Amino acid sequence: MAVSPAITAERIRELLREVKDPEVPVLDIVEMGLVRDVVLEGDDVRVDITPTYSGCPAMEVIEAEVRDTLAAHGITRATVRRVFVPAWTTGWMTDEAREKLRAYGIAPPAPGPAEPVAPLGFGPTVRAVSCPFCGSPDTVLESTFGSTACKSLHRCEACHQPFEHFKPH
Amino acid sequence: MAAASGSSRSSSPDLDLFELLLRLGDDRLVLGHRLSEWCGHGPILEEDIALANIALDLVGQANLLLGLAGTVEGAGRDADALAYFREAVEFRNCRLVELPRGDFGMTMMRQFLFDVWSWHHLGRLRESSHAELAGLAERSRKETTYHLRHSSTWVARLGDGTEESHARVQQALNELWRFTGELFVTDEVDARLAERGVAPDPATLREPWEETVREVLARATLHAPEVPVVARPARRGDHTEHLGHLLAEMQILARSHPGASW
Repeated sequence: MAVSPAITAERIRELLREVKDPEVPVLDIVEMGLVRDVVLEGDDVRVDITPTYSGCPAMEVIEAEVRDTLAAHGITRATVRRVFVPAWTTGWMTDEAREKLRAYGIAPPAPGPAEPVAPLGFGPTVRAVSCPFCGSPDTVLESTFGSTACKSLHRCEACHQPFEHFKPH
Repeated sequence: MAAASGSSRSSSPDLDLFELLLRLGDDRLVLGHRLSEWCGHGPILEEDIALANIALDLVGQANLLLGLAGTVEGAGRDADALAYFREAVEFRNCRLVELPRGDFGMTMMRQFLFDVWSWHHLGRLRESSHAELAGLAERSRKETTYHLRHSSTWVARLGDGTEESHARVQQALNELWRFTGELFVTDEVDARLAERGVAPDPATLREPWEETVREVLARATLHAPEVPVVARPARRGDHTEHLGHLLAEMQILARSHPGASW
């Protein structure tokens, strides 16, 4: 089936918003900043995506869902290419995505380009992470690694709720 | 293979670059496998999860580095072929990463010594004249920063902890120290790559590595032992007896069921 003339890169980006991150299902791959480019060449569609972490196990699922989603809309000649340069950064997440994360109970990374993270795990090097539930900045880091490599584990001293933080990257 | 035909040129493959990518990829593959041995055995749940996540990052980095190695070699080998169908003598990892995981103190001390090296090395590799390698270094450096934050925290906490934790992590340091020399050996491959601006000269990383290591050891009230380091031959396929056992376990599935995917 040929791609209908109505299909544009913008339309494909819209369709790609149906593809959620399997690890953080409130976010789609466009607002996470994973979609680098959409290229139409004749009947072929190529979607360039940038993986978040080198070992992120969600990437294969995401690639399959990109193809399945486009196929469900009649776009069957789609390929997904992984682009590694430049490296993905949490600075590419939209404000809307950060707010969705917070509402979901995950403290979002700060907006703007991620500041360099200090390599040694002690000293006053960590920005206070506000609790996504009560907003208190009085929180404690429990572990640099949470349920996935992209999140750390924290505890709120004000409302005593444990929570995860999407690390600046 | 499609991957090789797409980028292979008529000129001969860049064997120095291939060698470098094996060294960097094998370090991470072997260390990642060692860390994965903790899955389900961590001292606490949070640590079990952290070790598995770090292992995943390292195996992911290895996958990219060995994939690029296969492309550079141009002989049709992909990352899986390089990981699962080479023998121990063909592995180019340093000995530090292949040593048994030991207790938690040993695992964390080894991780720390490697992370400091990796953090400094990747920092320099980001300026590589090879654009793709520079990009991989940029990405991996961010991951490694969190690994080092984690391992440095644990080294300080265990060293400056109880009598028992201090003794164990000091013992780990005593046993591991002699294996660190291999990280800073510059051979002819390294020299040529440094000359071309592809990768940093390993010998130049010793000073910044020592500075960071000593800063953390001081905080941990630990002391680097006065023992000679084993430096040569470095990264030439000379390994301890432990690598063969590790590979037997890591490779058996792929070798018993070639082409299997899961």
